[in-house]
Amino acid sequence: MTKLPTWADVVLVPVISLILAALVSAVVLLAIGQDPMQALSVMVNGAIMTPYGWGYTLYYATSFIFTGLSVTVAYHAGLFNIGSEGQAQIGGLGVALCCLFLPWPHWTLALVGAMLAASAFGAAWAAIPAYLQAKRGSHIVITTIMFNYIAAALMIYILVDFLRPTGSMDPASARFAATTALPKFHELPLISDLFLRYTAEGAVRLDPQGNPMYQKVPANISFFLALLACVAVWVLLWHTRLGYMIRAFGKSDKAARYAGISAVKITMITMLISGGLAGLMAINNVMGQAGRLLQNSAEGAGFIGIAVALMGRNHPLGVVMAAILFGFLYQGGAALGLETTIPMELRIVVQGLVILFTGALDHMVRMMLGLVFRPRQA
Amino acid sequence: MAGAIEPGRQVSAAPFAIELKGISKAFGPVQANKDISIQVAKGSIHGIIGENGAGKSTLMSILYGFYKADSGEILIDGQATSIPDSQSAIRAGIGMVFQHFKLVQNFTVLENIILGAEDGALLAPSISKARKTLAELAREYELDVDPDAVIEDLSVGHQQRVEILKALYRQANILILDEPTGVLTPAEADHLFRILRGLKDQGKTIILITHKLREIMEITDTVSVMRRGQMTATVKTAETNPEQLAELMVGRKVLLRVDKTPAQPGRTILEVENLRVTDEQGVERLRGVNLQIRAGEILGIAGVAGNGQSELLEVLGGIERGTGTIRMNGVELDLSGRHSDGQSRRADGIAHVPEDRQVLGLIMDFAAWENVAFGYHHAPEFQKNALLMDNAALRADCEAKMARFDVRPPIPSLAAKNFSGGNQQKIVVAREIERNPDLLLIGQPTRGVDIGAIEFIHKQIVALRDAGKAVLLVSVELDEIMSLSDRVAVMFDGRIMGERDPATTDERELGLMMAGIAGESAQ
Repeated sequence: MTKLPTWADVVLVPVISLILAALVSAVVLLAIGQDPMQALSVMVNGAIMTPYGWGYTLYYATSFIFTGLSVTVAYHAGLFNIGSEGQAQIGGLGVALCCLFLPWPHWTLALVGAMLAASAFGAAWAAIPAYLQAKRGSHIVITTIMFNYIAAALMIYILVDFLRPTGSMDPASARFAATTALPKFHELPLISDLFLRYTAEGAVRLDPQGNPMYQKVPANISFFLALLACVAVWVLLWHTRLGYMIRAFGKSDKAARYAGISAVKITMITMLISGGLAGLMAINNVMGQAGRLLQNSAEGAGFIGIAVALMGRNHPLGVVMAAILFGFLYQGGAALGLETTIPMELRIVVQGLVILFTGALDHMVRMMLGLVFRPRQA
Repeated sequence: MAGAIEPGRQVSAAPFAIELKGISKAFGPVQANKDISIQVAKGSIHGIIGENGAGKSTLMSILYGFYKADSGEILIDGQATSIPDSQSAIRAGIGMVFQHFKLVQNFTVLENIILGAEDGALLAPSISKARKTLAELAREYELDVDPDAVIEDLSVGHQQRVEILKALYRQANILILDEPTGVLTPAEADHLFRILRGLKDQGKTIILITHKLREIMEITDTVSVMRRGQMTATVKTAETNPEQLAELMVGRKVLLRVDKTPAQPGRTILEVENLRVTDEQGVERLRGVNLQIRAGEILGIAGVAGNGQSELLEVLGGIERGTGTIRMNGVELDLSGRHSDGQSRRADGIAHVPEDRQVLGLIMDFAAWENVAFGYHHAPEFQKNALLMDNAALRADCEAKMARFDVRPPIPSLAAKNFSGGNQQKIVVAREIERNPDLLLIGQPTRGVDIGAIEFIHKQIVALRDAGKAVLLVSVELDEIMSLSDRVAVMFDGRIMGERDPATTDERELGLMMAGIAGESAQ
């Protein structure tokens, strides 16, 4: 097969895959009697044409960046961590315990504490499958899947029996103290003006106290943490000795042994980092958005992380772009449900198609491009 | 020069089995083949020899339909033929035996043979037809293989026979073999040559791609030499000699034997006593090995592959665990505990050029500059600070090593897999030798390595010895052992059969010891 130029490999292949996914989605829409162009415009308007839309798209993207990075780090060690979902849920437990039972004077301190708790809990949840893989040879794919179910069941038990406020019928924790609330985009200096509400006459809408009113969005400062995490993962993988050993082990465990790189150590450390990153996702959804711990808090973001890592070619930059794409699909799909008669579940169809084309059928697009880029015959 | 045939010369009326006219092929700026013309007579064995990267494989890939030539034409039996893909090559009667076999490991021999040549949706008729054909082929050409054996249970030599049978089953008249002896023991190679002579006698045409001069001299009728994408000469084998061919290949005079002064052994560096290694299946691979190496000498371990040499290297290199005693500079090494890993061994002054550089010695997907630190990634000079590695230092180190060891192309950012075998080996050897170890373990130093690089690598090993270091050399090439070693130990069935002085022994004696005969453990 012809080797594609880098720009085609990095830009053209995903773009073409996306267009193909969009075309097939259009066919699906036509089949259920809907107008694909209208659906597209609703999605685009709802997800990226307004600051409000971005406020949701980036909220989802934040979660996906963390889980995407979690999958990426493990991938480089040749480990397929399917357990980001469970690790993110247990990370949420860490955040909840930290925010509920410790008196935090200010959100900055609470954030530091919650980050430590989230990553420690997520890492701990990944540690067991990692140990089983490293020492006992149980395949990590199987064990991490099983640990997702265990995490889900454990969370229901803990929420119902311990964290649920007495009298509440909702399997959720109490609300965290206001001092632990993270600033959301509409509360941040510099960008808060983007979210101002306007009256029909174009004036800024004011509340009874005379303060300007804002459109509330869930995106919060953990988005910037996610970007920092990307940089950190990039530095880790390509600029530290640990990253060097992780990648060497992932490419060839035999050669790693020759070089004196311990398989047990690298498997354990990598999975701890991977689980920690998945756990950090809880900073976004549990602490940043919900302000309390809900059942099934990760809402499938752990699984989306696999698709994000796959589409982002296991590179932090690619992860950011893929996470934003999936954030767009999430938010655009929600807009479809609100503004059209198209069922919201269609976003799952579209997501499925995107994963199919960018992941599974990636090779097909490459082959077709390979023909285009084949050196001209004399 | 004498005996050279001008390319494109009109010869007799009988069409050649294969004739290439003016084949050119470029990959981007690299001209892999430049105006290549060859004529291969029917029923002959034609050798194509050249260093790695000379363009042999590209040329054969064009012939087999993997690449399309930019210009030029291919004539088969005098007919201009276009070969856009390997199916057309098979239809044109061309069969190819690759260096790395294309066999399904968990299929039987018969299943592999009919794979892609099934007659219909049901397999049974094809299988029974193949069984019959196979029996005939086996009789005719000494190509006996158990048709019901599963590939992964077969030796490498037998797997290669299956590849040849596959081609013959598809009625190949022209058989191309790419470096066929690279993976074979001397006995297997001899058998292969008998098979090839048999095929030739039946009128098949054989093209043998190799860089081993001895094979060319032994079996071919004519030989073409390639250098840097060009055909430098085509000569009759009977009218040439290895020195001339080597010079044509490399473009300068090459020393085919190792030039070294007598060893000046000093203090004992390595002592091994009663070393035993048991593999995962519970088979004892090393059964009480005793040896010692002194500073300034090369101990060569001869033996047929699979008699424990690999395990010896691996346990000394910290990859494998074992029992017994290994003393390095008088200090006993940990053979099964926390310090029996590659890092501890390196700290003890042992460097290791592993037998299989692609599986052990290099991370093939890593760039060359990342590979120069492989195993030494803890070395202080590669760290920027407590947190970060100094990638710039790695690149600089790689560039310097590439210059000193003449690695081509000298591009540190190129992935290891994109270098030729010889250049990959130079990267590994540079990395290990330049650590200035007290003991160098080196396995199959020149397997799959071209002549120019062999000479270079041998010189480096001798230079390390002359600098007062100990070298443990393992090779299945008896020539190499004989010419490099100061002492030769022969291994058979996990034991040292005995030691000989290479100056006073000969291949016959060593060969008998390698077969487990006439050896005495005590000197």
